[in-house]
Amino acid sequence: MNTISITTQTVNFKVFRFNSDVDYLPYYDSYTMEVTSEEVVLDILNRIKWELDGSFSYRRSCRHGICGACAIKVNGRSTLACKERMNDMIDIFGTELTLEPLSINRAIKDMIIDKADFWNKHDAVEPYLITDIEEEPKIENLVSPHDAEELKEADLCIQCGACHYACPVVEVNEDFFGPAAFAAAYRFEADVRDEAGISRLKNLQEANQGVWDCVKCYECAEVCPKEINPIDKITSLHQMLFKNGVAESNVATRHAVGFKHSIAKNGVLDEGGLVLYSEMAGIVKHIPVALKMFRKGKIVPPWGIVKSKNLDEIKKLVKSSSTAKF
Amino acid sequence: MEKLRYALFTGCTAKQSTPEQLASTYAVAKKLNIELIELEEASCCGASHLQDYDDFLSLVLNARNIAYAEKQGLTMVTICNTCQLNTAMTKHRLDNDVGLKNKVNEKLREIGLEYKGTSNVVHFLYAIIDDIGLDKIANMVKTPLSQFNIAPFYGCHNIRPSELQNESHKTPENPYRPTSLDDLIVACGGINVDYKEKNKCCGFHVELQAPKTASILTGKAIAGAMDGDADWMVTPCPLCHLKLDTQTKHSSNAIGRDVSLPVLHMQQMLGLALGCPQEELGLKHHLVKVDFI
Repeated sequence: MNTISITTQTVNFKVFRFNSDVDYLPYYDSYTMEVTSEEVVLDILNRIKWELDGSFSYRRSCRHGICGACAIKVNGRSTLACKERMNDMIDIFGTELTLEPLSINRAIKDMIIDKADFWNKHDAVEPYLITDIEEEPKIENLVSPHDAEELKEADLCIQCGACHYACPVVEVNEDFFGPAAFAAAYRFEADVRDEAGISRLKNLQEANQGVWDCVKCYECAEVCPKEINPIDKITSLHQMLFKNGVAESNVATRHAVGFKHSIAKNGVLDEGGLVLYSEMAGIVKHIPVALKMFRKGKIVPPWGIVKSKNLDEIKKLVKSSSTAKF
Repeated sequence: MEKLRYALFTGCTAKQSTPEQLASTYAVAKKLNIELIELEEASCCGASHLQDYDDFLSLVLNARNIAYAEKQGLTMVTICNTCQLNTAMTKHRLDNDVGLKNKVNEKLREIGLEYKGTSNVVHFLYAIIDDIGLDKIANMVKTPLSQFNIAPFYGCHNIRPSELQNESHKTPENPYRPTSLDDLIVACGGINVDYKEKNKCCGFHVELQAPKTASILTGKAIAGAMDGDADWMVTPCPLCHLKLDTQTKHSSNAIGRDVSLPVLHMQQMLGLALGCPQEELGLKHHLVKVDFI
């Protein structure tokens, strides 16, 4: 018979407290607790409320990683409280743990935040099937397993907000839709029943709010409790913009395409040439820094670039393996 | 110590806007008894942008680069985080999808190459930690950097996504509390600065399309290091280096605070500690003057 041994560790918690009705500023309460290897983060939230301070507030519901209500931050890391094992948190961060809401700026009471920005951004990408469905269809509108695979599990998103509030762009640019909204947009763009055509996609390429503002930091992929890999969906949306002929010529799209031209010409990148190709007349704003770099020997002129050896192979591959047009 | 041999994928930046990184890589390799065989045939990896336009082309080109390392029977070592991510991601996808690998090899066959999946792809930072070891490196230090508070800046594409990254090296790295670069600082005799932004994004990849976002992220990173009392920063990524070293004016304007610190490539830091001649480390190429030595 297997025996499971339960271990216990002493953990010091620093817990974010704030009541927007009465507090001018947030503060932190400290609790020292014995934590067993059986517990998840939500157990700790429950114990704080049930045993230490009944006024402590947080969202919870299903306790099964499906309702998405209980996401908070532990030592700055977004986490779904009901799924995250305390032992794993202790392994990463040790026994001094800070519990905070997903976004301190949006705190209403303790762990509870105003998620309006998250939902508004979801709304903005039209995360639903856009199609004419007969009111009384004669046959089922089936999706084959093969077609369902195209969703790449984006439909598993539980809207917990872990990725949204881990995204550094969301933090500094309030217009940016964020990884969860993009994953939702992808989920319907990839659905064979959807007939939105290019209307949804067009909205996703606008500067500031759209997919081209993603910094490619992979925080969203790292943090998602459902392993949806939102940045993979953002990449797919980039590709869909080109594939559907929606991609406008702007600095971001020219930047992506510019790599191909540079590689076809030199094998390696012509850094200066790429910036010129991407920015066009906008290159002038880079001149002051470029001059400083030039003086420090950091700029190689086009004629000084050492091209890849066996460049003919690369040229051949660019010709034979290209799958996109712009 | 037995001589180590790697196939070096320099990437494009080390040969253009960060020449000091390539020079210091060779200087350090000499000290560590590493032979680097440069993959002169390699193309650009697409820097995480080409794939947004043409995923298949990006795969084929990266597979070709790896195939050249395989031909020599060597591990491919990268010195740029984004090269590492793109190349390792290609390897992961081809090694786990026979259909895709066959499609890519169909194209490579036209130029007489084949991607087999026999060469590992690893960043120089992890290569030396895995294959030489921090203890041995510490023993080789001639000039301990003991008077310096050094802020490590990891760079996203060396630590995330962790599942992929941890396939390429033996020393496990947790992206929420990375240790490799801190450990290297300590091995060099320096004092590692702990700060919140050390594993965050510098914004490099949106510098053209979202300059404000990029500048704020860079500014916050330098500010975090300064608030941690760092004398200077160190990074394994030439792209992070470009942001942190050349964009201080924009970053200061973006966050409303003057931020600026000397930023060294990890190879330069290691070179200083191992006693490499300073002229081999290219410190004169920096925009923020390296004035502490």
